[in-house]
Amino acid sequence: MSSLSLWISSSVAVTARSESDHRLRLLSSSSATIATSPALHFCCLRTEALKLGAKSNRWKVVAAAVAPQNGSASDEFDYNLVIIGAGVGGHGAALHAAEKGWKTAIIEGDVVGGTCVNRGCVPSKALLAVSGRMRELQDEHHMKAFGLQVAAAGYDRQGVADHANNLASKIRSNLTNSLKGLGVDILEGVGTILGPQKVKYGKVGSSGNVITAKDIIIATGSVPFVPKGVEVDGKTVITSDQALKLEFVPDWIAIVGSGYIGLEFSDVYTALGSEVTFVEALDQLMPGFDPEIGKLAQRVLINPRKIDYYTGVFASKITPAKDGKPVIIDLIDAKTKEPKDTLEVDAALIATGRAPFTKGLGLENIRVETQRGFVPVDEHMQVIDVDGKLVPHVYCIGDANGKMMLAHAASAQGISVVEQISGKGNVVNHLSIPAACFTHPEISMVGLTEPQAREKAEKEGFEVSVAKTSFKANTKALAENEGEGLAKLIYRPDNGEILGVHIFGLHAADLIHEASNAIALGTRIQDIKFAVHAHPTLSEVLDELFKSAKVKINTSSPGVAPVTV
Amino acid sequence: MASPLLSRVSISNATAGNTISFSSSVSNGLLWRRSAAFPDKSRRKVSTVQAKIREIFMPALSSTMTEGKIVSWIKSEGDVLSKGESVVVVESDKADMDVETFYDGILAAIVVGDGEVAPVGAPIGLLAETEEEIAEAKAKASKSGSSAPPPPPPPAPAAASASPAAPAVAPAKSAASAPVPDGPKKIVATPFAKKLAKQHKVDIGSVVGTGPFGRITPADVEAAAGISPSKSTGVNEVSPVAAAPAPVAAAAPKAAASPAPPPIPGSTVVPFTTMQAAVSKNMVESLSVPTFRVGYPVLTDKLDALYEKVKPKGVTMTALLAKAAAMALAQHPVVNASCKDGKSFTYNSSINIAVAVAINGGLITPVLQDADKLDLYLLSQKWKELVEKARAKQLQAHEYNSGTFTLSNLGMFGVDRFDAILPPGQGAIMAVGASKPTVVTDKDGFFSVKSKMLVNVTADHRIIYGADLAAFLQTFAKIVENPESLTL
Repeated sequence: MSSLSLWISSSVAVTARSESDHRLRLLSSSSATIATSPALHFCCLRTEALKLGAKSNRWKVVAAAVAPQNGSASDEFDYNLVIIGAGVGGHGAALHAAEKGWKTAIIEGDVVGGTCVNRGCVPSKALLAVSGRMRELQDEHHMKAFGLQVAAAGYDRQGVADHANNLASKIRSNLTNSLKGLGVDILEGVGTILGPQKVKYGKVGSSGNVITAKDIIIATGSVPFVPKGVEVDGKTVITSDQALKLEFVPDWIAIVGSGYIGLEFSDVYTALGSEVTFVEALDQLMPGFDPEIGKLAQRVLINPRKIDYYTGVFASKITPAKDGKPVIIDLIDAKTKEPKDTLEVDAALIATGRAPFTKGLGLENIRVETQRGFVPVDEHMQVIDVDGKLVPHVYCIGDANGKMMLAHAASAQGISVVEQISGKGNVVNHLSIPAACFTHPEISMVGLTEPQAREKAEKEGFEVSVAKTSFKANTKALAENEGEGLAKLIYRPDNGEILGVHIFGLHAADLIHEASNAIALGTRIQDIKFAVHAHPTLSEVLDELFKSAKVKINTSSPGVAPVTV
Repeated sequence: MASPLLSRVSISNATAGNTISFSSSVSNGLLWRRSAAFPDKSRRKVSTVQAKIREIFMPALSSTMTEGKIVSWIKSEGDVLSKGESVVVVESDKADMDVETFYDGILAAIVVGDGEVAPVGAPIGLLAETEEEIAEAKAKASKSGSSAPPPPPPPAPAAASASPAAPAVAPAKSAASAPVPDGPKKIVATPFAKKLAKQHKVDIGSVVGTGPFGRITPADVEAAAGISPSKSTGVNEVSPVAAAPAPVAAAAPKAAASPAPPPIPGSTVVPFTTMQAAVSKNMVESLSVPTFRVGYPVLTDKLDALYEKVKPKGVTMTALLAKAAAMALAQHPVVNASCKDGKSFTYNSSINIAVAVAINGGLITPVLQDADKLDLYLLSQKWKELVEKARAKQLQAHEYNSGTFTLSNLGMFGVDRFDAILPPGQGAIMAVGASKPTVVTDKDGFFSVKSKMLVNVTADHRIIYGADLAAFLQTFAKIVENPESLTL
């Protein structure tokens, strides 16, 4: 049985990890779970697709076999765990809790999947998949270099929009099925905390149902942040929510904010023929990226495209198109607040970040006040009240706590909370969580940027080195005629610790995980550099990167003896 | 693109190319010829010793680049630079590149600031070796800054010559002044329209927008620049259209000015390749330089004899001629100079002989750098490498655009004499005909049959006068007629 062998091999390989310890115990405690444990093992984050179809029947059986046995602990409560918000964070926490056999409920006031699946990462990837192909087909030079001849490429807007929408519904149903399959109750309506361990849910205005739970996780996420003075009409002045529906492709669109959301949309819009004007409040485009990567990205993603930009300016007022007038954007100097310019464009996309969504959550009932909108939490994601004391049994994960506003960070935090509740003392290492921007080519990063690393080194008194490799030397990248790219490693030469890795280039988002895993597991450069990479692959970019680092100690960690197999 | 990186990977020469431009022009002719096995290395060392204040030149980042914009200075005045560090980001017609210094030193003065434009080869900054020299460098910078007007180069001829195709220009301009007198009317142009305007040097203020809300669209700019808006992709194609393909250096683009006649039925139109487009552009540009020609007969019996002798060692006639020209140039630096701005001589510190080569339906000029200093064998070897690279289209920018003097030889076809067009940016070009047995009389009236070859030099009369050229040719003839010195 193949799944059984998978289970065994994975448990053997990672016996040192606390998670698998737990699974081993689970395995021994319930004979009914032996055959299905491997599947449980798989049901972590983003493997929804695996759990569909033929397997879903088996899931129900598992849930039935496990739930009564482990759920019996919750005699005094309706649920072991109630999660408010069924986004990716809530979903991750729910799956992990169900895996532990807890009786779990998830409350969703809108649609399962939250921002990521319905109005964020997922549909935007569909649009970006289209833009990547359009870009390639339109690039005569690129095609010619392959010896390919392509007639003028065109697109059907509705077809593109449908692709994004279909993908979102598919992932949404996958998510829903995986929750149902594991026996997680999906409760519809807005969730409100009434007091310690007590939650109400139901349609707004209705009396609702009250349930009790041993522990509560807040995972209500965020909504697009719209600065004041901006009037969003949903048609010509839009946020990412509407942009992802791609109801029209303007000739000229201003994108307010040049972070990863703005950047991804600029990639989509320019590929579909729009011209783009960036409005950035900071002095540089792409704040938040490693400066060197940002600079390179600007030269590839912005300068040669039909994009111009204003930096150091605020959009103080944005008026949607009406009465035969275009969208009008008033720009003021970000520092002096003096009027700078007025833009007249066909549409404006507000991509100034996201604001936490905690409305109607009943935080006042547990004496919690948000800070800049975010729910304050400690390192274990446990909520802190107005007196600075931990609120027992209430946790907050994901965008609502603002620690790291990424879907997979939320999910990791959710899993960590479940571990924490079950007494496993777990802290998420946010420095090991990768981030990616899915432009063409992609940008990805994990850990510290170079300035951050240098600042830390200054404070703590260690040395920082930087190694870089280019995609231009990579066979696979050259075969794809995509040699533009850079990978950058920031590390400590004294002990080989990886402080940060930044990649700009073909499939950068897929390449970063070797680095993020190394950071998460504490692998040092002097060890990882001996790992073998298949040739010819893009992964060799990282191989070369690790090999080019100059670590002063050569000894790898003790106890790792070569084994001949 | 961060160039420290480039230097480690396959296109390492791109950065080396930039650094070539850094070599000093402050002193020249002081270098001793060395029979070094590693010519590059020795050259660097020598030049480090001789020059204290170095000019940082606008590098040529591509074959079609004529001017570059300073995107930003990475270093500021007073910063200490070490070899290999990125100093400035330059935007060419193709890409932005970090330009790194090849010398240690202090960035004494920035001559061309952020956002400003300078022609290729123009000094953009000064590098001092020690702190004491900073003041001197600064003084130098302010002088050159006031005298030389780098920012607005005269792009007028190119734009004007392109206009016949665009009758839209004239009405557009008059319309601009007529209807809207309501104070300072705001110009609204789309991002791509602005980029195109910059690229084609169109004054955006003179374009009338026909887009929604009266905005200026890319098509409006293209119309104003006189380009057919056929391609929406905005490729860097050059505007002037010459009907006749330029086969080799000799062909003149006569047809450029005439209004395009209707195509003869059955004719096919083949667009220029990038290389051909670059040739076309250069040829049209050459029309703005006042040139003249001086011919000279040269007896080649001894050269031919020498050639037979050294041929087995891999020496080519090209190398012999390049070497002879370079040695003559060393004695006549003005012929190796160029006129960048119409106001001054630019004396080049090295003698780089560009040799015209017809290749794949195009024309390229691989450059034998420091041809006066390398010995014949190294030169021949270098030439072989360059030709191979040219065939494989792997020449780096500095390997075809760093010439200070060009040699064009059609002798092998039996051509007895011809007239070459002076490439922009150089002072002179030599056209070499075939060497043919000719009856000559010596000064005592004796007849004999000697091999005679006619060379014809085209030069920029703004800096090189008839006597200069004649004297140079005399020296050249002497060297060829007594070729022993070539092998030294």
